[in-house]
Amino acid sequence: MRYSIFSLARNAATHHENWPLAWRSPEPKPAYDAIVVGGGGHGLATAYYLAKEHGISNVAVLEKGWLGGGNTGRNTTIVRSNYHLDPNEHFYEFSLKLWESLSQELNFNVMYSARGVLNLVHSPVDMDAALRRGNAMRLNGIDAEFLSRDEIAAWIPALDTSPSARFPILGGLLQPRGGTVRHDAVAWGYARAADARGVDIIQNCEVTGIRIENGAIAGVDTTRGSIATRKLGIAVAGNSSRLAAMAGIRLPIESHVLQAMVSEPIKPVLDTVVSSGAVHFYISQSDKGELVMGGDLDFYNSYAQRGNLPALEHVVAGCLALFPSFGRLRQLRSWGGIMDMTMDGSPIIAKLPVGGLTMTGGWCYGGFKATPASGWLHAYTMARGEPHPLNAAFTLERFAEGRMIDEKGAGPKPGAH
Amino acid sequence: MLLIPCPWCGARNQIEFTYGGDATLKRPPPDAPQEAWYEFVYLRDNPCGPHDELWLHSAGCRRWFKVRRDTRTHDILASARPDQALPGGPT
Repeated sequence: MRYSIFSLARNAATHHENWPLAWRSPEPKPAYDAIVVGGGGHGLATAYYLAKEHGISNVAVLEKGWLGGGNTGRNTTIVRSNYHLDPNEHFYEFSLKLWESLSQELNFNVMYSARGVLNLVHSPVDMDAALRRGNAMRLNGIDAEFLSRDEIAAWIPALDTSPSARFPILGGLLQPRGGTVRHDAVAWGYARAADARGVDIIQNCEVTGIRIENGAIAGVDTTRGSIATRKLGIAVAGNSSRLAAMAGIRLPIESHVLQAMVSEPIKPVLDTVVSSGAVHFYISQSDKGELVMGGDLDFYNSYAQRGNLPALEHVVAGCLALFPSFGRLRQLRSWGGIMDMTMDGSPIIAKLPVGGLTMTGGWCYGGFKATPASGWLHAYTMARGEPHPLNAAFTLERFAEGRMIDEKGAGPKPGAH
Repeated sequence: MLLIPCPWCGARNQIEFTYGGDATLKRPPPDAPQEAWYEFVYLRDNPCGPHDELWLHSAGCRRWFKVRRDTRTHDILASARPDQALPGGPT
């Protein structure tokens, strides 16, 4: 059923008791033309674009838990394309363009809100870096504006812009088209749209082994039996190393926990996304009124999907340095998600050295905003057997070849990106 | 909160420590082939389960040591000086 004002009115007349399920839950078939592992945003988007762009609809998405129960449901919903290096700029801008029309594309309201993403500048060094990045963005046709301290003070009264602040604010780099998207809706929207094109979405189905014959993918073993396929796409960021290990591949990735938290809901106080690289902190206000905030990794390998208090204390300290009035708020909840931290801070969307095997992963902190482009390009790579120009740089081989895409110049330290 | 057992100072709050990553990596000899250096610098087993790792007691005795910690639960299973083996051999 197509969602519209008419379907809403029709279902209102029957007290909303007759809405059809948004997707089927079929039993797995013995074989598929392509299998995507991971029923988060990236995996579901991969399946959707395989069916829509490449006519491959005999596809299964295998999810060990429930849809969007991993990082798709654990991020802080921010979308932006304010990067510095060309491959990242072009990739994330492609993603932001897909976000802008995704609700219409999927016939599902993903609540894209172009409320702007503002990176604060606290020092002359910050200023140089922000202007350089902003100019790089504009040269690539991406929106970037530099705001003065006075403009920021007028726009965001809750922010401490006084010269005596612990971290004085000299200005900020704004990407107006950046903003937030309702994260659960992304998983549900892609799931519904993929299902409508014939994709089988199979939940509670964990992949336990990858079958390889003559150097090529032959199928997967799962908790619901073996399934044959020649094309296997891995979209399980956080657990990419574990899946790749099933195919005998080691990745330049460490898994780390990243925490986030929300305050109790309050009336509108912050209508943009504010971040500070100096304080290692970012914040926005959800439509429910909760202040959503986060900061650094816990900085040790983890698959636990929960972190420890020192990292949260650091986030709160950053929050109070910038927004002193938020000290009266109570924390409602906190959670952790597992990041694929790569050795250069950039993702891997590429063929792996087994025939028919591809992955999209290595997202570090940045997976959510990449969801549509990741799925689009992963589907392209799976269907064509070669990368699109937009993901040609995001190979696994770049680490051996010395072609790192290291935004921060931090070197091969996974926690440093 | 992790309570990390420094072999010299005893169990201390995690905020005194700096993480050093996988302790099982072996630095190749200077004339080792490029492939060996690639593996040493970039590739990680990244296990889900017991993980042998290096920690530095940076706000304490400033010495490096080894910890075996379960990455699923954050339980610390053992610690040892750099020149000692963790009990039970490598993970």
